Amino acid sequence: MTEWLENQLPKMVLAPSFIAVLVFVYGFIGWTAWVSLTRSKLLPKYELKGFVQYDKLFASPRWDTAFGNLFTFGILFIVIAMVLGLVLAIMLDQKIRVEGAIRTIYLYPMALSMIVTGTAWKWILNPGLGIEATVRGWGFENFSFDWVVNPDFAIYTIVIAAVWQSSGFVMALFLAGLRSVDEEIIKAAQVDGIPTWRIYSSIIIPSMAPIFLSAFIVLAHLAIKSFDLVIALTGGGPGYSTDLPATYMYAMAFSRGDIGQAASSAMIMMAVVFTIVVPYLYSELRAKNHG
Amino acid sequence: MADLTYSHTPPKGSFGKLILRWILYILLALFALYYLMPLFVMVTTSLKSLEEIRTGSLIALPREITFDAWKTAWSGACTGIQCEGLQPYFWNSVLLAVPAVALSTLIGALNGYVIAQWQFRGANLIFSLMLFGCFIPFQVVLLPMARLLGMMGLAGSIPGLVFVHVIYGIGFTTLFFRNYYVSIPAELVKAAKVDGANFFRIFWSIFLPLSLPIIVVTVIWQFTQIWNDFLFGVSFSQAGTQPITVALNNIVNSTTGVKEYNVDMAAAIIAALPTLFVYVFAGKYFIRGLTAGSVKG
Repeated sequence: MTEWLENQLPKMVLAPSFIAVLVFVYGFIGWTAWVSLTRSKLLPKYELKGFVQYDKLFASPRWDTAFGNLFTFGILFIVIAMVLGLVLAIMLDQKIRVEGAIRTIYLYPMALSMIVTGTAWKWILNPGLGIEATVRGWGFENFSFDWVVNPDFAIYTIVIAAVWQSSGFVMALFLAGLRSVDEEIIKAAQVDGIPTWRIYSSIIIPSMAPIFLSAFIVLAHLAIKSFDLVIALTGGGPGYSTDLPATYMYAMAFSRGDIGQAASSAMIMMAVVFTIVVPYLYSELRAKNHG
Repeated sequence: MADLTYSHTPPKGSFGKLILRWILYILLALFALYYLMPLFVMVTTSLKSLEEIRTGSLIALPREITFDAWKTAWSGACTGIQCEGLQPYFWNSVLLAVPAVALSTLIGALNGYVIAQWQFRGANLIFSLMLFGCFIPFQVVLLPMARLLGMMGLAGSIPGLVFVHVIYGIGFTTLFFRNYYVSIPAELVKAAKVDGANFFRIFWSIFLPLSLPIIVVTVIWQFTQIWNDFLFGVSFSQAGTQPITVALNNIVNSTTGVKEYNVDMAAAIIAALPTLFVYVFAGKYFIRGLTAGSVKG
């Protein structure tokens, strides 16, 4: 009896977490999926009505803006953060003397809350007293930098702040990757007289493909989840011009009292994450099990 | 600073190389300025009077240093109708983060121990399911969680928030410990079993003493996540139980009265101090958590 108990113990220890994940992750996703197919308003209803919520969602101009913004913001954020991160990593890889200190400076924004980042950039970008006023004060009277209050450009201020926050982290990922490339190959290339830029472009960077993928996944994931930064920096405004799916979902769930719309927009977010993360997780787990 | 061309593989000391080296250092310094600028602006703005902010320049040092804004931010700024500053919310965040970090780390350690060392059929599937849970956009669980907390009588309470953070934290904490314990040879457990040690005894006497580095990484990761969380905080709290990020946002975006930028900046720094502190004093572990959480998961 005690032996049986002893054998079951590992399973019993894992069981509560397993049940919690089943209920609070998968069960809750199921609940949201179900409710997204109903006519729920302020309170959830459980009678299925097909895709009415999704029809309504895709017909909504506000969602249209939010979903479009996700791609504008996501693509710019990912590309700029990756390029900047890679450039910084290569520069730091040149046997820099104070590398530790520089790395610390480049990476500290990652420790901050997005709300703090948003608050700081809101102040810096504020046209009346921020960068615009400062540059005008230097004598450039016509200088204009009012993106944060301009509906056509406000989404780019989210990109600026998000890149500032996350690019140091991408730098750290790439730097670790650069350092893991086999020294012998690089030395051999140097002996052969191959110029440094060729060593980077033809040998080192191609061998870092998995790190590019990781960085992409992390950044894409950050972009889709972006919520706090928008709330703190622009509040989704001016108008709805900087709404993202995450802020749309929140507005529907907690201020508009439209649970059906909230659930369907959450499911679309889920679908976007799914298409990006699942192939990645699948290949990761396969690689782990087979090697 | 004299030997700027220092290098492990000394470059041929040509003049062109020296110039390149200088350009490199100047670029690195410019980027350092770019990353530091917002922090610099926050600190200087928080030390200026409103009068000086209106008349002076964004990047100028304060002419007269005043800590009034800090005092207001800590104990007088308005978050909506209440004007008690950030102080009560700071303690809310502490009360929330401490148990949530401790519980999720402990559960993650036990889970990781089982998955890495006590393999049974289906353990890998469970691990994969937990791993995927780390990646879901939390919007997809907000609505049912709000209802569940209501049914459990935990709506708008700090224990409710602790519960939420533990539930959605165990995916990552399990991942951290599993990846750490998987490198410990299985023979260790076998030998201990032969000597008559049981499941918990082996965990307590063999694994835990080996775990200090990963505990530090996990605690720092969880603390940063939970302290900086906004989505759960704003969704599942009510007036009085809000964590500091929510209170900060309320101060900054409250529309009543004169906009006190210096108070906003002081409040933002106060909200950022605990995680910045951790980063400065345990940066190595912070970065390890970041990379472990992203590369492996």
